[in-house]
Amino acid sequence: MKETEISKHTISVLVDNEAGVLARVIGLFSGRGYNIESLTVAEVDAHTHESRITVVTSGTPMVIEQIKAQLSRLVPVHKVNDLTLSGPSVERELALIKVIATGEKRVESLRIADIFKARAVDATNSSFVYEIIGSPEKIDAFIKLMEPLGLSEISRTGVAAISRGTLTM
Amino acid sequence: MAERILNGSEVVLQALADQGVEVVFGYPGGAVLPLYDEIFKQNRIRHVLVRHEQAAVHAAEGYARSTGKVGVVLVTSGPGATNAVTGLTDALMDSIPVVCLTGQVPTHLIGNDAFQEADTTGITRPCTKHNYLVKDPERLARTMHEAFHVASSGRPGPVVIDLPKDILVGKAPYLEPSQVQHRTYNPVVKGDRGQIEQALEMLASAKKPILYCGGGVINSGEQACKLLAEFTRTTGIPITLTLMGLGAYPASDKQHLGMLGMHGTYEANMAMHDCDVMFAVGARFDDRVTGNLDFFAPGSQKVQIDIDPSSINKNVPVDIGIVGDIGHVLEDMIKIWKAKQYKLDAQALDGWWKEIEGWREKHCLSYKQPKDVIKPQHVIRRVHALTRDRKTYITTDVGQHQMWAAQHFGFEHPYEWMTSGGLGTMGYGMPAALGVQVAHPDATVVCFTGDASIMMNIQECATMTQYRLPIKTVILNNRYMGMVRQWQQLLHGSRYSESYSETLPDFVKLSEAFGFTGMKCENPADLDDAIAKMLEIDGPVILDVAVDDKENCYPMIPSGKPHNEMLLGQETNGNEAIDSDEGMVLV
Repeated sequence: MKETEISKHTISVLVDNEAGVLARVIGLFSGRGYNIESLTVAEVDAHTHESRITVVTSGTPMVIEQIKAQLSRLVPVHKVNDLTLSGPSVERELALIKVIATGEKRVESLRIADIFKARAVDATNSSFVYEIIGSPEKIDAFIKLMEPLGLSEISRTGVAAISRGTLTM
Repeated sequence: MAERILNGSEVVLQALADQGVEVVFGYPGGAVLPLYDEIFKQNRIRHVLVRHEQAAVHAAEGYARSTGKVGVVLVTSGPGATNAVTGLTDALMDSIPVVCLTGQVPTHLIGNDAFQEADTTGITRPCTKHNYLVKDPERLARTMHEAFHVASSGRPGPVVIDLPKDILVGKAPYLEPSQVQHRTYNPVVKGDRGQIEQALEMLASAKKPILYCGGGVINSGEQACKLLAEFTRTTGIPITLTLMGLGAYPASDKQHLGMLGMHGTYEANMAMHDCDVMFAVGARFDDRVTGNLDFFAPGSQKVQIDIDPSSINKNVPVDIGIVGDIGHVLEDMIKIWKAKQYKLDAQALDGWWKEIEGWREKHCLSYKQPKDVIKPQHVIRRVHALTRDRKTYITTDVGQHQMWAAQHFGFEHPYEWMTSGGLGTMGYGMPAALGVQVAHPDATVVCFTGDASIMMNIQECATMTQYRLPIKTVILNNRYMGMVRQWQQLLHGSRYSESYSETLPDFVKLSEAFGFTGMKCENPADLDDAIAKMLEIDGPVILDVAVDDKENCYPMIPSGKPHNEMLLGQETNGNEAIDSDEGMVLV
């Protein structure tokens, strides 16, 4: 890969779930001028109080290496894993999408939702809230199709990711 | 083991004592009154009262840098903590181990905009290696011990512990340091053997090798400095030191090329530019060192050894990056070099040294001392000459005088040179000297400063008097913020915007007002006597030396230029303007 080429990486970070840990991670990104395209966080082990942060970022190979080194340097960080480099991985995101429409547009949105395996989780005579789970690209595509059909509000969780196969962090 | 229940303040003091802390630099206030009460009741730990919290951190830095131990600071909540921020940032940039205890409003008031409340952990998060807010008394002792471990191990740095007042007053269990271990934080100290072998093979095949060493060597300890000397002499290759690395290798040794970088020597920078194999040891390729990265050491293969993985490949991509403690890695390097009987190509090395000798012929640091006005470089040289037979520690402020001190005062040993490198904090010098003198009461401590820098923490004169700290402060007084003036001359058409020191105090009277000796020197013929007298006085002295106000600091790599395009003082003939818009935007 060329030194100046910018690529997207999904990085998993296992941290102690202590006060301020998310601020440390976000502060690191803003303070050093790195991009955050998406960030999710939740406790994954209630017993050891460990949280997993999944951050999607982009940069040149040198910047990506820096991001990982800087993350590893934070005291409450256990492990940093670059899912983009460490082999195949699964990435999923959930989105809730509100479409306000009547008549043919309303029916059309329902048809497209069916194709995308999106579920209507709320319905009124003039609206739907669709729940869609998939790769960020799939959600992007769905949103694009909803635009002319009365798309009015979007809530996305950001990416959660994990490596495929027997490989663990 | 049975838990000992103490009150919070007792736990803090006990933890400090068990961590081997002898002195704390601080300033009291409402939120830390319980701690000060506890300090009053004991005599194991000495408290040095500074006159501003920034100075407390710089003093702790001076203490730490001159001893290799952790410096400890105690300040109150709100303004106490915010005043400490500059010192903490300074310690972070220069990797100085400091533990800073800050008071905080009681836990039930946090977030209520209480009197003297500040979000201390929020404010100090980016300027510390790590910080803690102790909300649970159960975690107090553990946090104290952890903080010392984090501050002093790996790449050292400042750690803040924010202590709400109710935690200090309430009961808390005490744990011994041995009962505390950190789950995640565990820096690697041993370098990878395979990588070390590869690196040495690369070195053995070099024709123009160079060692570029920084503050990391000193942080690794005196033993690491000895090993560096052994490795350098065994291989016979040239070595250059960064500003923070001065003292890691004896300045008087013939293999030492002097400091490199923006105001480094001609021979060091030319050798860096032309080298074919570079070993960066505990150095981080700071922009003041590299000059324009596009032209930095263009034909070289690079090895970098650092305990901090994030320092490797940060500014300059390297061929081999070895993560580990410098001392450990150097020890392995020497063993392997000898075991494998590596040898450099003697003829090539000889040729390389001849080239370097040619660059040395420029005598890039030379200056002429006229009869009528004192050259600032001369002051540094004379203080050096007249303190040779004493154990001497040097601190500086920031600016031209700092660079002249770095260039002209030959440092033979580690721990003797205290300066604000990364952050470039004016006002560092005098408080740092306080910390050094407290740590080394019988040594000579000289603070080189400028007429602008000294004003930034002038209140510390009172601390010097109170504790009878016989610090010798030498002002290179050119009535300007000299480095600002120099840049304005070179890059901004000699428009000296706001850089003239319009109303300086009479430093002799000022010293007397604070209760110690002030001296003035204006005539080159009187300089030696003034320095000798200053050194003989048993107490603090400020020596105000009037120096040539037009003198610029050379050699200089202008911003945006490569190492081999240095400006040499002798060649510029006063017509020094750098015609470069590019340079103007760079710092």
